[in-house]
Formats: sequence, structure tokens, C-alpha cells
Amino acid sequence: MAKRPPRVIVTKIGFDGHDRGSRVIAACLRDAGMEVIYTPPWQEIPTVVKLAMEEDADVIGISSLATDHLIVPKLLASLREAGLNDVQVIVGGIVPAKDEAMLLQAGVAQVFHPGTSLDDVVTSVHALSDKRRSLQGASA
Amino acid sequence: MSTPPIVNGHAQWEAEFAQGVKGDTSIRNRSGIGIKPLYTPLDHGGASYEEALAYPGQYPYTRGIYATMYRGRSWSQRQLIGLGVPEDYNSRVKEMLDLGASALSLIPCNSVFRGYDADTVPSELLGTCGTVINHVQDMQVALDGVPIDKLSTAMNDPSPFTLLAFELAVAKRRGVPWTKITGTSNQSDCISHFVANHMFFRLALQGARRVIVDHIRFCNQQVPGWNPLSIVGQHMQQAGATPAEAMAFTLCSGIQYAEDCIAAGMDPDQFLPRFTFFFDISVSFFEEVAKFRAGRRIWARLCRERFGAKDPRSWRFKFHGQTSGVDLTRQQPLNNIARVTTQAMAGIFGGLQSLHTDGYDEALSTPTTEAARIAVATQNILREEAHLTDVIDPLGGSYYVESLTNDMEAKINAIIDLIDQAGGMYQAVEKGIVQRMIGESALAFQKQVDAGEQTIVGVNAYQIEEDPATYSSLEYPDAPRMQSYLGRLADFKKSRSNAEVDKAISALAKSANTPKSNVFEHVVAAAEVGATHGEICGTLRTELGFGNPLTVV
Repeated sequence: MAKRPPRVIVTKIGFDGHDRGSRVIAACLRDAGMEVIYTPPWQEIPTVVKLAMEEDADVIGISSLATDHLIVPKLLASLREAGLNDVQVIVGGIVPAKDEAMLLQAGVAQVFHPGTSLDDVVTSVHALSDKRRSLQGASA
Repeated sequence: MSTPPIVNGHAQWEAEFAQGVKGDTSIRNRSGIGIKPLYTPLDHGGASYEEALAYPGQYPYTRGIYATMYRGRSWSQRQLIGLGVPEDYNSRVKEMLDLGASALSLIPCNSVFRGYDADTVPSELLGTCGTVINHVQDMQVALDGVPIDKLSTAMNDPSPFTLLAFELAVAKRRGVPWTKITGTSNQSDCISHFVANHMFFRLALQGARRVIVDHIRFCNQQVPGWNPLSIVGQHMQQAGATPAEAMAFTLCSGIQYAEDCIAAGMDPDQFLPRFTFFFDISVSFFEEVAKFRAGRRIWARLCRERFGAKDPRSWRFKFHGQTSGVDLTRQQPLNNIARVTTQAMAGIFGGLQSLHTDGYDEALSTPTTEAARIAVATQNILREEAHLTDVIDPLGGSYYVESLTNDMEAKINAIIDLIDQAGGMYQAVEKGIVQRMIGESALAFQKQVDAGEQTIVGVNAYQIEEDPATYSSLEYPDAPRMQSYLGRLADFKKSRSNAEVDKAISALAKSANTPKSNVFEHVVAAAEVGATHGEICGTLRTELGFGNPLTVV
């Protein structure tokens, strides 16, 4: 059986509405053959967790331009509470270096900065999706 | 009849050029207009000088909206500022004024943009991107010692315009008549929020449509020095629209607002002089200059011919420009100073009325104080050292710039026709037509960058090894300071007369359901008695609908 394409949620949490990044990334992952679940900005954390569960997401991409990445650790905690420890969370956008360290520490798989090529994003998301599936296999 | 020398000479040049430059020489600008290697008098559009350009301050204002332009008065240096609590804002304002900023701006916290009070949101995010301002007392602190009767204040204040309401309430307390208050309701353009940069979108589109007309009417009558409407192209261009698309969509929104005001019985010569615009300035230098010159000409013609305005003040296309953040890179961030300089020059040669230059570190974090200082200095250098302002419209008459202005105008007009055919801007955005076009342009641009067709220095060319941690980033407001703010907010809610607030909020709700009533008048009345931002927005969201934008991938 052919490998199922990665399932990726592309979303924004918090207050910011600048969504050029999330829309470009959603379109790029879609064009690369992935199954993309796109949402408009301002999703509540419980909504994203529920969506991850319902959609069996491998990867959650959080786009952040205006400091919304500061509440990503809360999202990670909620995912763990829901038993979704294996879902890979990535953050893309304006993330100062000191915050990147904090996010990685909190369990974010990767942080993407401005200037990253779409090809690099696709490659990383494939790798993270594979990682999630192997973690899933291991725990099953 | 013999061929004129200019034509012969051109043929000879063409042949020599083709000898020297082999292969595909086609170049297109961001708006998709083909750019030739040379422009000459042969590219002249055929219109007379008076018809196409005229003199500065004369219809159709291609060369500038005032006879004096920067010889009379510099553009306003209007840097966006806002961080932390009202006290933090107040001290930063005083610093910026000392540095030469000649007008104020206020960016509230993202929680404010979303229509919420600070005590109802995750506290980690408070004050990280703007100042927390929730009620009249906060505004009083923010504007302490600021002469609001003399300095113009521009506030990022979307519908229902609570920040202006708080400022008017402060003016009343200080005994400053509203007729002395000047400034602009930035982010008052609900269409641009529905389409792009959704963070300012609070009320459902048709509810916001009603409130903006009430707001324009109220300001025209009671705060005549205030610009109640700033029509925004910046969001759409930042979201990916090409410069021509951004200009066209913005003019279409302008058409829609003007036609709504006319339908509400207002006189174009009363409201049009107070319409303003806000645009992005990308690093595509000549394209931006042409975009502004073309936009000015199209707007003048629309106002005179389509809306029937008779007063020349109604025909003037006043705009604020902000250098484009999307062009800035995280890689080699000091290079951004060169980009911002180029963008600012395009805006100045484009004839803007006020300018915000970005900090070089915007792709790293919210700008630091040092980066903000350099951004202001850049403007001072361009004006006072480089003498860019000695001559009005110095690029006017350039064969290239005039030809490109004509080409941009044609491109913009074609998009305006398309939106007119869709039934106007409200219909076009409710069908997602505009969002789809912007999304396609954004993706196309990113693909050009990834393919190396569009060079971005430090990103896809001329890369170097570097450590981003070398650059400091702005500190977030400290938690105890924000906690103490929350304590003061609770105290404020206890100290005010809740009976009066309840009465004002009920009147506001009733007004929202009474078409003849002016909603904004009731927003101001509620602000005066101490209703908070969240209470006012919440009431109108209940009555007029919650704002959910239409995003399209």
C-alpha cells in the first residue's frame, strides 16, 4: 500500500490575524501532495487540540507574526493532556532567538524563520510526519 | 516625408542593443508590466501635459496634491509606537517627540485589536505588540503632557473606534474643544480587514459597513479636523497583492465607501476632503513611484467624474506610506536599512503626506529602540542631507516614470473594472474574488524567490554564515507590571458608576438596531461614562454580528 500523505494542520492561535505565511505554507504543502487542514486565524487552543484528534494530524504548524508563539507551550501542554504527545508541533514566523530556545525546550519540533524556502519546509514536514508515525507505531 | 531623426536613432539603438545583449531580455515588474531597456519621447502617451500631469496642486494631481509639496512642509514623520501599559506608551511618546517625530501614532495591544479587555485574555500576550488601552483613564495616562490640541494623533483604531472615543472623552475632561482635535482613524477600513491582515476585524462586515458611515458623519460634524477614514492598501500588499492590485483594490474600497456615504445623503464635498489612504511601499522602486502617481490621478478623476465632487479639496489623494516589512529579511538584518532607505525614497518621490519607516530588525522581533531611532534618522538623512525634497516631483518627466505611470494606471483601471463588474468591493470580497487573487500573487512571488528568479540578498543569494542570536530583541513587558495594570483595571471598574455605564451600553445596543441613530455618537457617550473597550465591542458584536473574515487558500 502506498504511504498515506502527511496530514498537517496549518493554523494561528492568539490574537494576530496576519495570515500570509499560513496561507502560503498551506498552499505549498497542499501542492506538495499533503493533506492540509487549514483554519483562519484566532483559533482557541482547545479547538486546535480537538481538530488534531479528529483529523489524526501528524503535524501542527503554528504561524506567528506578532508574539502569539508565546502561548505555544500552552498548546503543547494541552496536546499532552489529550494524549497527543506524538503529534509534531512546528512554529513559523517572527520568532526572536531567545524565544526559539524556549519553544524548543517546551517541545516544539522545529522553528522556521523568514527566508526558509518552501522546499525546505516540505522536506522537514515529511520527516516530522514520518517521525510521528514511527512514534505512533512504537506506542501502539 | 522622411523619417524623423528620433525614429532613425531609435532603430539604430535597438539594433546595437540587440547585438550587445543576447538571449531573453524580458523583464516584468511585480505588477506584471513588461519593462523595456530604454524609454524615450517615443513612449509618450499622447496626452497633453495639462491633461496627464498638470502642475502640483492642480487636477489631476499626478505631480502632487499641493502646490508647495515638501518645499512648504515636510511629510509627517509618523512612527508607529505602542508597547506595554499606558505609562510605557507615554514615556516612549515623549522620547519620540524629542527625536523629531512631528505626529503621534498609537498601536494598541493585539487583545485590544480583537475587541477584548485585558482581564479576559491570556496574560502572556498582553502588551507584547502594542499598548493595553481599555478605557478613558488609560487614555488619559497615555496622553499625559501631550498637547492634543496641537499634535495630530493617528490611532490604529478599527470599528467601532473606541480609542478616538476615549481621546474625545479626555479632551472634554481637559477642556480642549473637539474642533481642535486632529488626526486619523487608522485601520478604519473594514473591507481591508475582512480581506487581509484580519487582526483589526471586529464586527461582521455589514455591521462594520454601517458603523463606518456613522463614524464619518459624526466626525465631519463634530470633529472636523479628524480624518475618520483611512483606506488601506497596505494590508493587501503585505498579504501578497502586487502593487497594481493593492492600489486597485484600495481605490475600489474608496469607491464603495464614497458611494455608501452618498447613498446615506451626505455631500461628497463634505466627506471626501477627509478621506485618506495608507499604502505599503515595497523595494520595487520605480514601480512604487508610478503606483502612487497613477493612484493620485485615478482618484482625482473618480472624485470629480464619478462622485461629482466640485471642491478641489475633495479630489486630493492624501496618503500615508509605510515601508514594507515583507521585503525585510532575518538574514543579515542590517541590510534592511538599505532596503528601508530605498522604500522610503520611493514613497517620497511618490509624493506621500506621511511616512513610517520600519526598524531594520522587524524580521527578528518587535523593533528595538535603537532600530526605531535609525528608522527616524533615515527620514531625516533623506530630507536634510540628501536633499530629496528640494524639487517637487523630481522624477516627473522621466520618459520611464511617465510611461510606467501610464502602464500602472491602465493595469489598475482594468482591475477596478473587474471589481465593478463583480458588483463592487463588498460583493467581490464576500465572494472571495479579491482574497483569491491576493493568495495567488503571494504564492507566485514566493515561488519566484525559491526559484532564484527574484533575488533576495542574504536569503537566496550572497548568503553568509551568521548567528541570529547576535542581535538583541525587544524585551517583553514584565509580568508584575502587567499584573499591576490588571489590578488598576479592576479598581477602575469598581470606581465608575455602573448604573451610568449600564444605561450607556443599553443606549448603544438600541442605537445599533435603529438605522437612523448614529452608533458612533453612542460609543463616545459610553466611553465618557467609563464603559470599557471590551464592553463596547462586545455590545456591538451582539447587536451587529461577530467579525469573522473570509480567508481563502
